[in-house]
Amino acid sequence: MTRRRPRPGHPRTGALLPALFAVILLAALTGCSGTTAAAAPTTLTVFAAASLKQTFTTLGQRFEAGHPGIRVRLSFAGSADLASQLDQGAPADVFASADTKNMDKAVAAKRVQRSAVFASNTLQIAVPPGNPAHVRTLADLTRPEVRLVICAPAAPCGAATQQVAAAAHLSFTAVSEESSVTDVLGKVENGEADAGLVYVTDVRQAAGKVTGVTFPEASGVVNRYPIAALTDAAQPVLAQQFVDLVLGAEGQKVLAGAGFAKP
Amino acid sequence: MLVPAALGCLFLLLPLLAMGSRVPWPRFPALVTSDSSRAALLLSLQTSLASTVVCLLVGVPVALVLARTSFAGQRLLRVLVLVPLVLPPVVGGLALLYTFGRRGLLGHTLELLGVQIAFSTVAVVMAQSFVALPFLITSLEGTLRSVGGRLEVVAATLGARPTTTLLRVTLPVVMPGLLSGTVLAFARSLGEFGATLTFAGSLQGVTRTLPLEIYLQRETDPDEAVAMSFVLILIAVVVIGIAQRTRTRP
Repeated sequence: MTRRRPRPGHPRTGALLPALFAVILLAALTGCSGTTAAAAPTTLTVFAAASLKQTFTTLGQRFEAGHPGIRVRLSFAGSADLASQLDQGAPADVFASADTKNMDKAVAAKRVQRSAVFASNTLQIAVPPGNPAHVRTLADLTRPEVRLVICAPAAPCGAATQQVAAAAHLSFTAVSEESSVTDVLGKVENGEADAGLVYVTDVRQAAGKVTGVTFPEASGVVNRYPIAALTDAAQPVLAQQFVDLVLGAEGQKVLAGAGFAKP
Repeated sequence: MLVPAALGCLFLLLPLLAMGSRVPWPRFPALVTSDSSRAALLLSLQTSLASTVVCLLVGVPVALVLARTSFAGQRLLRVLVLVPLVLPPVVGGLALLYTFGRRGLLGHTLELLGVQIAFSTVAVVMAQSFVALPFLITSLEGTLRSVGGRLEVVAATLGARPTTTLLRVTLPVVMPGLLSGTVLAFARSLGEFGATLTFAGSLQGVTRTLPLEIYLQRETDPDEAVAMSFVLILIAVVVIGIAQRTRTRP
């Protein structure tokens, strides 16, 4: 796009470029193994579902406080993405999933033997502050003037949405079916949607930007969060200690504070 | 010189080959003809064509103004017009939302007029046009600046009116630049993801284009995601191929 003529005074550019490329390529090729090898002695790697970001960051800090010299490295992503990373051999010590389905995938990939449910979550209606469309019940979501945003059936939160709708004999017509619960929340936060179906914990985290409307039908569809120390963990003892922290009184207190229900 | 060139090509081609190796070929026809795949493909082609037309209608005048006139603040304007080129598409989507969304700059006015843009196919076309327009402008402006200026002067001295000069002299000589700009804009529209997801939402047949469908299916049905990705690559190859052939033709 720049129409500058090549300047004759720069003979080194030619050699620099390939060298740069080689460095980038080398870094890309050795990146994965390099970091683990260097960090292995003192680092505990925890793969956790995106919805656990707040709670597990806190728990990671507590764990570090209780284990001087140990660093907890947290990797947050969608449970399905984490499960496929584990399937592809990503090095990790602990896996905490937002649903049992993706934990089963890790079991099928022989990365997990036993898992334990440490929390559960239910759906809640999120509305913008002031509730402009006056949504009070689940049935209100079917009113034609309510701009409803839900998770697509393919997403975990969408499967829960479908179950809730089926149990209540309702059928939702959404203006958008998002691929993640955070996208649903975003559309409610910026006021584009009048209502969205998200998890209780999402509403709690977005306090001030959205208001939660509880509906009784939610208790029929409970999403369970399992956690496991990986079979090939580099730090098996620490991994089990972290799992115990999450399952124990301290972990449960932190999770309850964020709106998670007991397993 | 050859080694880095080979490395560069390998770096670009290997992922495509890897993708091809993951396509579940026996199920490929069924996967790409499923309801959701067909709806996404059709929507992607329709919206990309629409946004390419929008880019042409708006982009050609902008490029002409930038290349053939000079006025105060022109350099600043050129920089600003190209901003979407480097902006992460998600940011572009947010910017559109803050402009045309319900609580956006024009939201209230639009609501009074009874126009709702978010969650509609129009929003998809707008998101695509926003990210694709700079490609057309920059490509055409570059060509305009390098060719045609003198020919236009000659045409004018021979008594051609400005419109005649534009249609008979300027446009024919910048055709290669216009064509590659158009192809780039179409390709960019076809691949648009972030701005669409942020601004338009995701609903089958309305706003869920091919990239959004791939993103959605990668969790539950990776096979379908891979198959659709391969279709997207095929379209890209065909489009670029056509552009190159028309360009090299005498």
